[in-house]
Amino acid sequence: MKSALKIESLSFSYNGANILEDVNLDLPEKEFVGIIGPNGGGKTTLLKLILGLLEPKSGRILIFDKPIKKQNKFVGYVPQYSSFDSHFPISVWDVVLSSRLGKSGLFTRLKKEDHKIVSESLAKVNILDLKNEMIGNLSGGQKQRVLIARALAAEPKILLLDEPTASIDTKAGKSFYDLLHQLNENMTIILVSHDIGAVSQYVNKIACLNKSLIFHDSKEITKEMLEVTYECPVDLIAHGIPHRVLHEHKHD
Amino acid sequence: MIEIFQYDFMINALIASVLASIAFGIVGTYVVVKRIVFISGGISHSAYGGIGLAFLLGFNPLIGGILFSIGSAGIIAYLRKKGIQFEDTLIGILWAFGMALGVIFIDLAPGYAPNLMSYLFGNILTIGLNELYLILALDVVILFIVIMFFKQFQAVTFDEEFAFTIGLPVNLIYTLLLIVIALTTVILIRLVGIILVVALLSIPSAISINFSNSIKKMMFLSTILGLIFTIFGLILSFYLNLASGAAIIVVSVIGYLISLLLKTKKVFTKNS
Repeated sequence: MKSALKIESLSFSYNGANILEDVNLDLPEKEFVGIIGPNGGGKTTLLKLILGLLEPKSGRILIFDKPIKKQNKFVGYVPQYSSFDSHFPISVWDVVLSSRLGKSGLFTRLKKEDHKIVSESLAKVNILDLKNEMIGNLSGGQKQRVLIARALAAEPKILLLDEPTASIDTKAGKSFYDLLHQLNENMTIILVSHDIGAVSQYVNKIACLNKSLIFHDSKEITKEMLEVTYECPVDLIAHGIPHRVLHEHKHD
Repeated sequence: MIEIFQYDFMINALIASVLASIAFGIVGTYVVVKRIVFISGGISHSAYGGIGLAFLLGFNPLIGGILFSIGSAGIIAYLRKKGIQFEDTLIGILWAFGMALGVIFIDLAPGYAPNLMSYLFGNILTIGLNELYLILALDVVILFIVIMFFKQFQAVTFDEEFAFTIGLPVNLIYTLLLIVIALTTVILIRLVGIILVVALLSIPSAISINFSNSIKKMMFLSTILGLIFTIFGLILSFYLNLASGAAIIVVSVIGYLISLLLKTKKVFTKNS
C-alpha cells in the first residue's frame, strides 16, 4: 500500500510550551482514522501542521512520500464551522467555488469545468438545492456539508476534518458518517474529535493524542491509551458490542 | 436647493462625493467583513506623516499621504506575515508615530501651514480640479485591482486559513487589500479628514451588511448610502455653516441608527 501520510518524530512548541512531542504516524491510502484526545491536547495543532499552516519545531511530514510544501493540493481541509463569520454575505455556491482558485496562484481564472466540479461536490453531500442560499442562513449540519463540499471541490486525496460533529445532533451525525464512508472509498480520511463515543463507532482506526500520539494500527482503544491520553483511570468493557465501545467511566 | 450648485466649489464637492463614495463603498465592504477597521485607522493616521513631509519639502500633500499610508500598509502586512504578537499594539504605535512625524515635519517647515486643519478634519468645499483628477486616478486604480482580484479578495476575507490551504498567495492578496485601503484613505482625507476616515469607511458598509446577501450587493448598497450621507452632510454644512467632514459623519451615524431600527423591525430581510 502506498503511504498517504507519514509523520516522523514531529514536535511543535508555542511560546516555549511543548504542544506536540515526538509524534509518529504512517497511514496508507484510503485509511479512515479518528484522532481523539482532550481539548488542548494538540489535535487542531497537528492538523494545522499537516496543512502547512504551522511550521514544526522538529521532525517532518510527508504526503505521498514528498514534503508538504508542494503537496497541499492533495489535502482537503474541513475546519470547524465556527471558523468563519456567519454574517459574511456569501452564497453556498461562492464558498465552494473559492476552492478552485488555488490552481494557478494569483491569476487563476475560473472555467466551465470549475463550475461543473463545484456542482458535483455539492451533489455529493446532498446540498445542491441550497446553492443560492446565504451561508449564514443554514443550520449547523448544513454548514458542515458546505465546508465538506468546499474541501471536495479542491479534488483532494486526503480529507482532514476538525471536530466535524460538534454542531450536529446524533441522527444527523449518523447520516454524516455514512457520507464519510462513501467518500472513504476514494480518499484517506483523518478525523479529529474529543468525542470518543461518536468517533469510535464509525472510523476504522483510532489514535489517541495528548502531546504524544498513541497509535496501535487498530480500532481498539486500550486502557493504557485512555489513561495516558486523558490522565484518569477508565474501565473498558463492551468490546464487540455494536455502538458501544466504552462502558463505565469511574473517577476516583 | 438648486442655488447651491451655481458655485463651482459645490460642483467640485459633488463630483468628489460621487468618486469617493465608489471607493469607500467598495473598500469599506472589505474593511467591515474582514473586521480591520482598526488597521484602516492606523493606515489613515500614519498618512499625516506624509502630509507633513510634503509640506516640509514642498510637494503635493496627498502624494505624501499616499506614500506614507502605503508604507504603513506594507509594514502592517509584514508584521502579520511574521505572526508577531501584540499586532494591535504595534498598529497603535504606527498610528501615533505617523501623526507625531507629521506634527514635527510641519514644525520644521518654514512659515505657516494654513491648510492643516483641512487634512485633520477634511474640507470637501475646497477641493480643486487637480485634486479631483488625483481622486479620479485613485478610483480607477482601486476599481481595477478589485475587479481583477474580486474572487481572491472574497476567498481571503471569508476564510484566510482555508485560502492558504488551497495554495492561494494569502499574504500577497492581504497586502494588496491593505494597499487598496491606503489609497481609499487618501481620497477620504480630503473629504472628511484623517480623524474621521474610519467612520466613512465603516458606517455605510456596517449598515449594508444587514441588507445584503452578497459582497457585490453590499458594495453597491454601501456606495449608494455613502453618497446619500455625503451629499446630505454637504448640504447641511452649506446652509448651517458647519464643518463639512463633521456634518457628513453626524448624518452617517444618524443613518446607522435608523438602519438599526429598520433591522429590528425586520422591514427588510437578507434573503428576499
